[in-house]
Amino acid sequence: MINKDLLKKLLETFGPSGNEETIREVIREEIKDYADEIKVDALGNLIAIKKGNGKKIMVASHMDEIGIMVTNIDENGFLRFTNIGGVSPFTALYQRVMFADGTMGVVGMEKLDEMKDLALSKMFIDIGANSKEEAVKRVNVGDVACFYAPFIQDGDYIMSKALDDRIGCYVAIEALKALKDCPNEVHFVFTVQEEVGLRGAKTAAYGVDPDMGIAIDVTMTGDTPKAKTMDVKMGKGTAIKIKDRSVLAHPTVKKLMIETAKENNIPYQLEILDAGGTDSGAIHLTKSGVPSGVISVPCRYVHSPSEMVSVKDVESSIELLVKVLEK
Amino acid sequence: MLLKRLTDACGMPGGEGEVREIIIEEIKPYVDDIKIDRLGNVIATKNGKPGYPKVMIAAHMDEVGLMVKSIDDGGFIKFAQAGGLDERILVSKPVLVGKNKIQGVIGAKAIHLQEKDERETPLKTKQLYIDIGAKSKEDTEKLVKLGDYVAFDSEYVEFGNNLIKAKALDDRAGCAALIETLKHNYDVTIVAAFTVQEEIGLRGATVAAYNINPDIALVLEGTLCSDVSNVPEQSYITKMGDGPAISLMDSRTLFPKNLAKRIFDLAVKNGVDIQYRLPSSGGNDAGAIHTTREGIPCAAISVPCRYIHSPSCVMSKDDFEGLKKVIKLFLEDIKEGEYIRD
Repeated sequence: MINKDLLKKLLETFGPSGNEETIREVIREEIKDYADEIKVDALGNLIAIKKGNGKKIMVASHMDEIGIMVTNIDENGFLRFTNIGGVSPFTALYQRVMFADGTMGVVGMEKLDEMKDLALSKMFIDIGANSKEEAVKRVNVGDVACFYAPFIQDGDYIMSKALDDRIGCYVAIEALKALKDCPNEVHFVFTVQEEVGLRGAKTAAYGVDPDMGIAIDVTMTGDTPKAKTMDVKMGKGTAIKIKDRSVLAHPTVKKLMIETAKENNIPYQLEILDAGGTDSGAIHLTKSGVPSGVISVPCRYVHSPSEMVSVKDVESSIELLVKVLEK
Repeated sequence: MLLKRLTDACGMPGGEGEVREIIIEEIKPYVDDIKIDRLGNVIATKNGKPGYPKVMIAAHMDEVGLMVKSIDDGGFIKFAQAGGLDERILVSKPVLVGKNKIQGVIGAKAIHLQEKDERETPLKTKQLYIDIGAKSKEDTEKLVKLGDYVAFDSEYVEFGNNLIKAKALDDRAGCAALIETLKHNYDVTIVAAFTVQEEIGLRGATVAAYNINPDIALVLEGTLCSDVSNVPEQSYITKMGDGPAISLMDSRTLFPKNLAKRIFDLAVKNGVDIQYRLPSSGGNDAGAIHTTREGIPCAAISVPCRYIHSPSCVMSKDDFEGLKKVIKLFLEDIKEGEYIRD
């Protein structure tokens, strides 16, 4: 059964890259009774340790989401902004944004002759202020906002902002709770700054120094009308990564995941992602190298305020992670 | 004058020797230890009191420039870029080639001989060459060899309202501020890293930070300043004369807000002009430092430089003085036990 309250909290909480304080506290509160030790490192990664005598396994899911940063406030109170992570101007247009203190705004654009000329530099945020003086009472240069879109779950699908990668955080949290006879020492790391270049995972992996790394993240799908060819479908099970731009899943980790899925009749699909990367990209290059793989949740409309995943895929991802960790 | 000496010296990425010599000579009386690491970074330690953190302060010695790629039959030199240059600014600039600083000029086909479409498109590096006044390939080869560095020939000049024009203010301004910083005494331990190869990918800082393993790091820079004609205010990045600029975000680093704000507020409280450097593309040594080992909290403070990465960078002496003040204020503000990691 899906924990709807937890999901809603994880998905709706503010946390663009570099601004993970609030989401970190939400996660810490949720896991504190299940971990043997919890710490936060210099970059802000949350590390929860479940002790064991076997292998040291690092599980990474990133807490941060894409967002925007205010760069200028004009005389009339309109805010200019830049992206934090992969924000498309076409996706951002007329979306609502939310600042850390709850201030809301909408993304507008200058008059353009051709829509293809749309760029973030020609866009602005309107927080309903009438002047610069009024605007700076609520928002200042350097302030950060995330996209605002309430969480929806209906039947098998979930629709929300930040499923990338709060759904990975959810999978890790539920796996931590479900772990029973785990022979291994598992370091659940809720990483920062994945969206700007896997930065949190890099320092966390250095500190943890694991024997194996598993990232939990979303992946794209090829199942929408005239989609780019990709053999992953929403609702057809958890996805075991073969490769993306940041990592080639290590043969031993890939094999472990596939065999575990087969043994436990967990629906799975193999994932080859053309673009994009995830925390395993940083983890596997740490120190002398760390065999690493990825469990992905198939997700449509990634980096939009309406990302979509299947509840069944989330459940099979949790099950696979638990069984792999207990092996 | 220090800034003049530093900017008149040449130091392309990988060829920082001349700058390194000046720096070592300048800092020697003020530090407890100086090392040159295997990549060529100067690592100078100035011990503080026990119980105070180890602060790494980085400024890069290298500047953008060119490198000799081939010599043609006429004795003209074809070149490659060393660091990010706008190739449209290259034509007709005087340059200095190699260790012996052979004078030359970057040439191109005269406007009279250009076709219409050639006149309408900016000249590309491959259409340009360096003319050192040689008669033949053999003649050039007596003075120049492949791989020689080429620097802009551009003197330090003071002009206008307390402004400076020079090459390489990115980042000799940072080097100069760091040298001056080392002349004072502090409770914190300072490890100054004068880094190599920043302009081609933060390479020196990568190994320096690993080696130093500091509790916290400061990066001193010359940075973008586009407060000029025909640029909208939201694209200024920094404004000349408004004081040193604290970074919020660039393409390599999201700077911790509490640290940036602490430095900003400290300057304001002490009546020193300061501004935020707005997000833009580009990165500095902080990008390598903050992801070193288990992560290092990092701040970057820069002098705004107009026409950066060109032979004629322009900065304000007031902003430079402000940078030195802000660094000193921050170092003196750090309390016992702060930032120390277990």
